[in-house]
Amino acid sequence: MDDRAIARALSRMASEIVERARGTEQLVIVGIQRRGVELAARLKHLVDQAEEAGVAFGKLDITLYRDDLQAIGPRPRVGVTDLPDLEGRTVVIVDDVLHTGRTIRAALDECADFGRPRRILLCVLVDRGGRELPIQADIVGTSISTAPGDRVDVLVRELDGRDAVEVARAA
Amino acid sequence: MQPDVPSLGKDLVGLEHLSADQLRLILDTAEPFKEVSERQIKKVPALRGRTIVNLFFEASTRTRISFEFAEKRLSADTVSIAASGSSVSKGETLVDTARNLEAMRIDMVVIRHHSSGSAEFLGKRIRSNVINAGDGKHEHPTQGLLDILTLRDKFGKIEGLKVAICGDVLHSRVARSNIWGLTKLGAEVAVCGPASLLPRNVTELGVTVIPRIEDAIAWADALNVLRLQLERMQSGFIPSLREYNRVFGLTVDRLERAPKDLVIMHPGPMNRGVEIDSGVADGPHSVILPQVTNGVAVRMAVLYLLAGGSPDATQQGGGEA
Repeated sequence: MDDRAIARALSRMASEIVERARGTEQLVIVGIQRRGVELAARLKHLVDQAEEAGVAFGKLDITLYRDDLQAIGPRPRVGVTDLPDLEGRTVVIVDDVLHTGRTIRAALDECADFGRPRRILLCVLVDRGGRELPIQADIVGTSISTAPGDRVDVLVRELDGRDAVEVARAA
Repeated sequence: MQPDVPSLGKDLVGLEHLSADQLRLILDTAEPFKEVSERQIKKVPALRGRTIVNLFFEASTRTRISFEFAEKRLSADTVSIAASGSSVSKGETLVDTARNLEAMRIDMVVIRHHSSGSAEFLGKRIRSNVINAGDGKHEHPTQGLLDILTLRDKFGKIEGLKVAICGDVLHSRVARSNIWGLTKLGAEVAVCGPASLLPRNVTELGVTVIPRIEDAIAWADALNVLRLQLERMQSGFIPSLREYNRVFGLTVDRLERAPKDLVIMHPGPMNRGVEIDSGVADGPHSVILPQVTNGVAVRMAVLYLLAGGSPDATQQGGGEA
């Protein structure tokens, strides 16, 4: 996927978000650190433009909710979590790649500590399959079939200088 | 992939043996933990299922409660033991106490002890992580870290900052941890106090001595005012508390003559009217309560970093959910 394909996917995803959330009234768009945050910010911008709204926005770092603290070795840096009150709202969680589902499991746990949303939707740019938990995305940019050893890298302008989705197949 | 992140090793005994990178890792990790304490539900599951024993052989309110909050906010299971009312008062040795606790399958020990070196001694003899919560006159690393974090919050950086540590430096583990941590991060540190309460050869620690409090106030960006332990008077280190206040006390009057606004810190508990006046402690430049708030965040960071697995395991590919 190049920058134009990503732009097309994001604008379609933005209208799907509004459609599925039935408007922007109670909507909160929440990005998962780090690239999910950049994608979420762009989706919020697209929704704001299309709907002339100011949609609520949040960031989520799931490091402290991971189930593998003992196993992961060099301690990952803990990022910022900045969420509005989620009570009664429609929360759209945005991430770059959906793979095992464990990040999303952790994100759902963390959201639950910030109130009881009326509904949570999952929106990802790439679904690469390989789930280890019963979790599915509601809104998907593109689906790629991959083998377990493959790597899927989402690059974003803000952090990587360009927009792209790249798949590195395992040797 | 993650860039190389320094590890803290098994125990936190003091700041003397930490590198500047390790100190920064703890301070940076403390930042997101501040936010956890502002949440309505002040709890994250990071240390779920870990068992931590707080072993306090010396009286402590602030430090013990701060560690307990830090542990609970990380979802660890904790037990606090005070020396009085435990088998320690029946003559059990430190190692025996710790080994018995380990036999109950604990993961970490937070220890406060009146003997310098006790935390390191214990760390070498048990498998659990050991965190020093103050050992004799040696170090009080988490206090040093929370002081440095508070300064960093206030000034944006530590490098080039002028910090004067005032009072009973001789008996102070807080002073020692501050000196190690601040100098490693590039601050200039001075000590100020009665000659009887400054360690001999203190300049070997990389600090300067400023004999008069007025000069320290004129020089420094921040003052860390140490508690004057009242029993020091009985043991002849100072003539009287009133005399101490007159010569070395941080008074409103002295502070008003400072050429610039100073940040005022105190590790607590304060002796109002001895080393610090109420007008200063409660004044606009005091960060004494923010220090206490930061204490919980710093301790959460230390607990989290020490609990986080072996440093040789490799991080899984980034960006994958």
